[in-house]
Amino acid sequence: MMADLAQSGSATLQQEPDSQEPIVVVDDVSIIFDVKPVLQNISFTVQRGETRIILGPAGGGKSVLMKLVNGLLKPDTGSIHVFGHNVSTMPEVDLFKLRSRIGMVFQESALFDSLSVGDNVAYRLHEDHVPEEEVHSRVVEALQFVALENTIEKFPSELSGGMRRRVSIARAIITNPDLILYDSPTGGLDPITSTTIIDLVIKQRDVTQTTSLVITHRIQDAYLLARSRFNPQTEKVEQIPNNGIDDSTKFLVLNEGKVVFDGTTEELVHSNDPWLKEYLS
Amino acid sequence: MPFVSPEIFAKQTLASIQDYSILSWRAVSNLFTRPRYMADIYTQMDYIGVGSMPIVVLTGFFTGCVLALQSATSLEAFGSVSLTGNLVALSMVKELGPVLTGLMVSGRNASGMASEIGSMKVTEQIDAMRALGTDPVRKLVTPRLYATIFMLFFLTIMSDACGIAGGALISIVLLGLNGSSYFHNSYRALQYGDVVQGLAKPLFSGFIIATVGCYFGMNTKGGTQGVGKATTQAVVISSVFIIIVDLLVTRAMIGVFGR
Repeated sequence: MMADLAQSGSATLQQEPDSQEPIVVVDDVSIIFDVKPVLQNISFTVQRGETRIILGPAGGGKSVLMKLVNGLLKPDTGSIHVFGHNVSTMPEVDLFKLRSRIGMVFQESALFDSLSVGDNVAYRLHEDHVPEEEVHSRVVEALQFVALENTIEKFPSELSGGMRRRVSIARAIITNPDLILYDSPTGGLDPITSTTIIDLVIKQRDVTQTTSLVITHRIQDAYLLARSRFNPQTEKVEQIPNNGIDDSTKFLVLNEGKVVFDGTTEELVHSNDPWLKEYLS
Repeated sequence: MPFVSPEIFAKQTLASIQDYSILSWRAVSNLFTRPRYMADIYTQMDYIGVGSMPIVVLTGFFTGCVLALQSATSLEAFGSVSLTGNLVALSMVKELGPVLTGLMVSGRNASGMASEIGSMKVTEQIDAMRALGTDPVRKLVTPRLYATIFMLFFLTIMSDACGIAGGALISIVLLGLNGSSYFHNSYRALQYGDVVQGLAKPLFSGFIIATVGCYFGMNTKGGTQGVGKATTQAVVISSVFIIIVDLLVTRAMIGVFGR
């Protein structure tokens, strides 16, 4: 199903970067709000097909980092390159085009409350003047992916928090973006609903191999992402056998606006950093 | 309210004027480039124009009634009650129609714009719109700006007509004047410059209502309390601006037309 979505994706910026080139390059980025430094000298890269989990306590600057990557905020110093384009200096008009290749799931879903679920999911397709019949079929497809096809006529206020988050995921993936930014997709949800959301993130990762950044402050969600895979035969998410770890999943741990850790799941688990050990325990 | 140093206050004020000017310029110029959200313009015209009709009609009508009553009392002292029509028509068309319509639409729509856009801002819907590749100024501000300017023009005409009709009702029923004479005097009192003056004002008022309402909405901070604050500020500032600009336009028009 998602392969169909992949074929019908609408990437506006046609120039494809070199497949070896990182999708996201954050270089020495700092940002200050009023007088408080929120991020200090942040540097990391995200390769094509990689899922980068951004972990850390609340208030550590994770959401700000996500907005910087999408060009919604500008850094005070440093540069951010996405698909080879410097989003920290790019004019907003060009950013609108670039963002057609980026899907974003907001912390509180950020669905348009005056639009129905169907119109929310179809928003970008309507902006691109896609024919109405195609819009409908793709909306149904995207909502089927998040198992919410029966809510197409409903309004966001009629949905639970978990359902809103799933609609938000459907809205982010409908154009099959090359990069998906999940800003705390499980924030404020109960453990069962959180697992459902993480399962969707895993499904999206394994079906389309889309590069993604996932913010979470729940360590169990991070481990679930690193140790699970989507089985296309059973159409279910299962644990990778023999305590295996997904190679494409890497971690970036932030604390008080600074990078505490940048590396693989294996390296994270075996880190000797005292703060990290305490945080992960 | 916390006190800030004069330097910080001056900087904040200048920054606000700069942001307001940039927003206004972008809102105006967006109509000349694609994409244009014509459907949103028509929706806003319906909401702002048709939706504001009842309050504008009622305000205009009763203002005309009161104006006729009040002016008749004064004119009686000079034995000129028959000139009530002149006074009502001139007052309504040149001043009260445009200003009162502007203030009423400001109370209804500047607050509506600030609260609607402000709620979208605090719930990250504006950021979501940007993340989905849509310019929020183009999608939200430009349609409101052009819809307000266009519809306020016609609402003002309606208000003027209702005011003159209200004055007529009072003049005929309570003051015992001849209806035909009332309307004839009203028509004769109005000159080209008066009508131009009265119809130029809503263009400025419409601009002020939409840009101030949207500016405070787009700059809302601090959750639901922030939305309430933005709404109040939008109404207060747009109302004051309407009256100040009314004075400036009146002076300019007197300079041009000599009355």
